[in-house]
Amino acid sequence: MLRYTMRRLTFFPPILLGVSLLVFTIMHLTPGDPAEIMLGTEATPLQIEQFRRNLGLDQPVYIQYFIFLKNALQGDLGRSIRTNNPVLEEILSRFPATAMLAACGLALGILLGFPLGLTAALRQNTAVDALASFSALLGFSIPNFWASLMLMLLLSIVIPVLPSSGYGTWQHLVLPSLTLAIQIMAVIARMTRSSMLEVIRQDYVRTAQAKGIPAFFVLAHHSMRNALIPVVTIAGLYFGLLLGGVVVTETVFSYPGIGRMLIDAIRAHDYPLIQGGVLIFGVCICAVNLIVDIVYAFLDPRIRAQYRSRRDAAA
Amino acid sequence: MPIDKRNPLRETWRRLKMNKPAVCGLSVIAILITSAMLAPWIAPYDPAAMDVRARLQGPSTKHFLGTDNFGRDIFSRIVYAGRISLVIGFVAVGIGAVFGGITGAVSGYYGKGLDSLLMRTMDVILSIPQLILAIAVVGALGANLINLMIAVGISVLPRYARLVRASAMSLRDLEFIEAARAAGASDLRIIVQNIIPNCMAPLIVLSTLGVAQAILSAATLSFLGLGIQPPTPEWGSMLSDGRQFLRNAPHITIFPGIAIMIIVMALNMLGDGLRDALDPKLRR
Repeated sequence: MLRYTMRRLTFFPPILLGVSLLVFTIMHLTPGDPAEIMLGTEATPLQIEQFRRNLGLDQPVYIQYFIFLKNALQGDLGRSIRTNNPVLEEILSRFPATAMLAACGLALGILLGFPLGLTAALRQNTAVDALASFSALLGFSIPNFWASLMLMLLLSIVIPVLPSSGYGTWQHLVLPSLTLAIQIMAVIARMTRSSMLEVIRQDYVRTAQAKGIPAFFVLAHHSMRNALIPVVTIAGLYFGLLLGGVVVTETVFSYPGIGRMLIDAIRAHDYPLIQGGVLIFGVCICAVNLIVDIVYAFLDPRIRAQYRSRRDAAA
Repeated sequence: MPIDKRNPLRETWRRLKMNKPAVCGLSVIAILITSAMLAPWIAPYDPAAMDVRARLQGPSTKHFLGTDNFGRDIFSRIVYAGRISLVIGFVAVGIGAVFGGITGAVSGYYGKGLDSLLMRTMDVILSIPQLILAIAVVGALGANLINLMIAVGISVLPRYARLVRASAMSLRDLEFIEAARAAGASDLRIIVQNIIPNCMAPLIVLSTLGVAQAILSAATLSFLGLGIQPPTPEWGSMLSDGRQFLRNAPHITIFPGIAIMIIVMALNMLGDGLRDALDPKLRR
């Protein structure tokens, strides 16, 4: 297990390096002079020159990248143009809010989606199945910015029970998390359904049933555990979808997280902040993929066995 | 052994026709494309015509879906906005499929170092959430129609690259490719004539579902103010305009959202149906 984890960990640095290069490249696609855009039209040529030197923009591009990388490795992502605070500080101060929202959205999505998919699979080709499949399709197709506005309309304007914007209490988390949960629910329900349908037809499930094991135990112990494996992997893959949703919901509900910070930064042409924000999202995805890979190995004895046998063979 | 001489296209169509949701999706898409093309004849009003006396009106016989804060007819704007969303959806997927397909074909066909380099690059692009990548690209390039399509296209590119690569790798060493090579066909010819046609089925499915995703992404970007700029009618930006009137005139926000949902749902239904029709192995 340790060997597997170590092996996975070695993939981590190169991909982070690639992400930093990609983010850096995108930021340098900006047409025109970033110094002029950031300072506006009122800046004097001297100010622009000064600014350019401060940010290292007078250096060749590849040198700029190495400087950026060196600083980033030391935890220095530059300073926000607008507030002049360090970018890392701006991001870290908003991180708990975003992490909380993403976690609630994910948890809610799984809590709704898993039973939905499970029921659909166990009652295949019935009205329940059709309803579950339709909800999943609907969840995939609803634009989340629209869903958030509709939830806001319903639960804070027509029936005013929840606040429409802000941060602080659990009430503020309900609407944004619900919005996020819609897509996740759809993904999880679909995956659970198809994964369960495959598992319940396996020989070992039939054997368990034939042995007279109670249906609930067969479901909980034999089918569900195996059906969960692909669901975990897919849920990890859709973490990016979740973070994309975070950007939208935070903006709609004026929720003070990294997503809204990113949108505000783009509107203000605050390049260091955009760069840092996108980089942080990339790092989160890489970290989640890593964790999912490791959890996957824990869940799937076949992978564990693969590594064990290889070690035994080597010994 | 009898050879199945049925035309594969006709066979796919026959199977697709039996799939009710897919037919339903296809019909909806056909209607929407037609209405987008015939927008000037279908829309009762000029989408840009303002009428201050008629602002923020709810649905009525005069204005089927009501009017917005400038007194513009919402139904007309939704019909015109369909043009932009459809164009963005198809062009963005076109960009992703063409460039991703070329990358994947080259990567899978030549293999070795080039393959590792290209695929690691794709891994990197995949590790930034699709929407956030598109946001970053638009943020850097500036918000307009062309950049929006490029941004969405780039963000979906790796999926096409992976798909075509897998197919190219499995075909590369097969006998008919070897035969083509022995007959003197160039690599380009082999890729275009043998490899690409052989992964057309999954490519079509991915593209259909991709157009749905692209329309959603583009509308999201416009909603965030990073896509199509007003006064051009676009579903996402119409919704964004309606936000401040959510309390008093919710219809401005409700209807464009329903339009997006209908088209995305239709494309998803068609995509799922196509997958079943093109790949009978996956049928349950």
